Parts: sequence; structure tokens; C-alpha cells
Amino acid sequence: MSGRHPLFKPLVFVGGLIFGFGLGFSHMARPEVVLNFLQFDDLGLPFVMFGAAIVSGVAFALLPRLREGAPLTGDRYERRLKPFDRNVLVGGAVFGVGWGLSGICPGAAYASLGVGNVTILWALGGMFLGAYAQGYWRSRSETRDAAAAGAD
Amino acid sequence: MVADPVLLQAIADLFPNGIGRYAVGGLLVGLGTVVIYAGTGIPAGASTFLESTLSYVSDQPRFRRYVASRDWRLVFTAGIVLGGLAFAATFQSGVVTSSLYEPGTTGRLYEVAGVTLWATDVQPWRLFFGGILVGIGTRIGKGCTSGHGVCGVGSASKTSLVGVATFLTVAIGTAQVVAALGVSP
Repeated sequence: MSGRHPLFKPLVFVGGLIFGFGLGFSHMARPEVVLNFLQFDDLGLPFVMFGAAIVSGVAFALLPRLREGAPLTGDRYERRLKPFDRNVLVGGAVFGVGWGLSGICPGAAYASLGVGNVTILWALGGMFLGAYAQGYWRSRSETRDAAAAGAD
Repeated sequence: MVADPVLLQAIADLFPNGIGRYAVGGLLVGLGTVVIYAGTGIPAGASTFLESTLSYVSDQPRFRRYVASRDWRLVFTAGIVLGGLAFAATFQSGVVTSSLYEPGTTGRLYEVAGVTLWATDVQPWRLFFGGILVGIGTRIGKGCTSGHGVCGVGSASKTSLVGVATFLTVAIGTAQVVAALGVSP
């Protein structure tokens, strides 16, 4: 988007680099290691997810007290809070089946490509297909709902 | 304090690769998230990229809401890919070593231009069909392992805690059933 600070994208890129390096280092970019956790053969995975959550949690708690807004956007520091509804359970369950079958999630799939795992393109292709399918259905049902509301 | 050798062995069996690589990797994933959040105020998750990128090629109204963020999400994902490559060129290639990094024995290693790369042995059909469900589920469920798991849990969001509990439980059940059916890897 135009009008953004010139360092906005470079900073996002550096953040992505560290994020991706961490996914490689933790072996989350390897589906086998995720599957080994889900099958209780190696319980290391929670150290990755909750370790990362603790680091981000400290920043999410401290930054709003230290600064009025973010330097590159001026936006206020807010926590990631999303409204709860049935979709969280339904989507979470569908994601769970996919994650348990493949051993890969979106961020780890991008990093997996980086560590040389060309085979992961099967998973990335599937993810785009799935994201497109749900977007197509939801766009149609939203249009239908809007049309129904307009007819009332 | 008396350390029970049987208990210590039982704990070691649960962590055949130690916890160093997991804890350090997790800290780095958190640090990457914090760098972006500190500069921009954005708690970035990885799965929105799927829909924001589809907005380049599709006019479906569902994807249009991500037009404003699609450019930086592409940059974020490019960073993640290259971060993985940076890991491959250092620790995975054995150029850099650490007592906190256990290389493990999964998958296959191969070399290109002096960099040790890695490929999975998990079967393509599992990756493809699992990927489809990951694409549907993360977008309907409002987040993935980074959006809910890292940013949402870091925000102490009840929605994210329920989301994580749901996908973690279902994933464990699924992987156990698939393994019990004799599918490997």
C-alpha cells in the first residue's frame, strides 16, 4: 500500500527471515518431526509453539505500556483477539485433521520449501486449493445472504 | 535430591532429540513475530497469506478484504522461505554447529551448490489432501499454528486457546489413527 513507511516491508522481511530460520532450526519444517510429536514419539513441539507464544506474549503485554503506537505505522499496539463462534471449532477440527494427516501447517510449509523440501509443493498446492474452495463458498453464501436481506 | 534413573530414562525417551532445538527455534519464531509487531503493531499469522495471495488472481469478495495487506504478506512469506534457506546453509549444512542443535535422522539430505538441502519421505497424497484441509480449516477457524498458536495464545485470547486445543486434539487423534492403519511415513 502506498503511504507506508519505507522501512515497513524491509522490517516485515527481516521478521520473516528470523521466523523462517526458527521454523527450520526447530525442525517444524519437517513433517516427520511434527508427526512424531502427534504420535507421542518426540514431545518437543510444545516447546516451539509455547516458547514462541511466551516471547510474543511478553512483547504484547509490554509494548502498549512503553509506547503510544508502532513507529512504522502509528497504529496502537493491540492484542490479537478474535470473536469466538462455531467456526473456530469447525475450522479448528478441519485444520486438525489436515495437520494430523500431513504433519505440516502454513508457516512451516513456507519454511520447508526454504530448507529444500520441494515435495512440500504438494501441501502448498493443497492449501491454496482449500483456501480457494472455502473463499468461493463463503463469497457465494455472503452474496446470497445480502440478496436475501435486501429482498426483505 | 535423589534422581531416579528409571524416571530420567523415561523422560529422555520422550525427548529423543533433546529440547534445545525446539526451545531455541521457538524463541526465534517468537522473536520474528515480535520484530514485526514492535515495528508495525501487526500480530502476523502465516495462513492469511493463502487468501491474500489469491486476491491477485481471483475477484471473489472473500479475498478482496485482504487486498490492502497482500503485498506485505508476500514479503513476510518470502522472508520465511529464505529464513529456511539460511538455516539450510548453516546448521543443516553443518557449517555451524551447536550443542543446542540436534540434526536428527528424518527424511533425506541432498546437496546443491555446497548447501545441504532436505526432502521429506512423507507421501505426497498425505501432503496434498492434508494441505487441502489445512487450507480450508485455518481460514474458517480464524487462524493456524502461528495466528492462534503464537499470536493468539500470546495475547491470552480465549478464542485462540480454544482453537489451539481443538486442532491439537484432533490432529493427535488423526495422526494416531493414520499410524494405526499402517500408513508410514
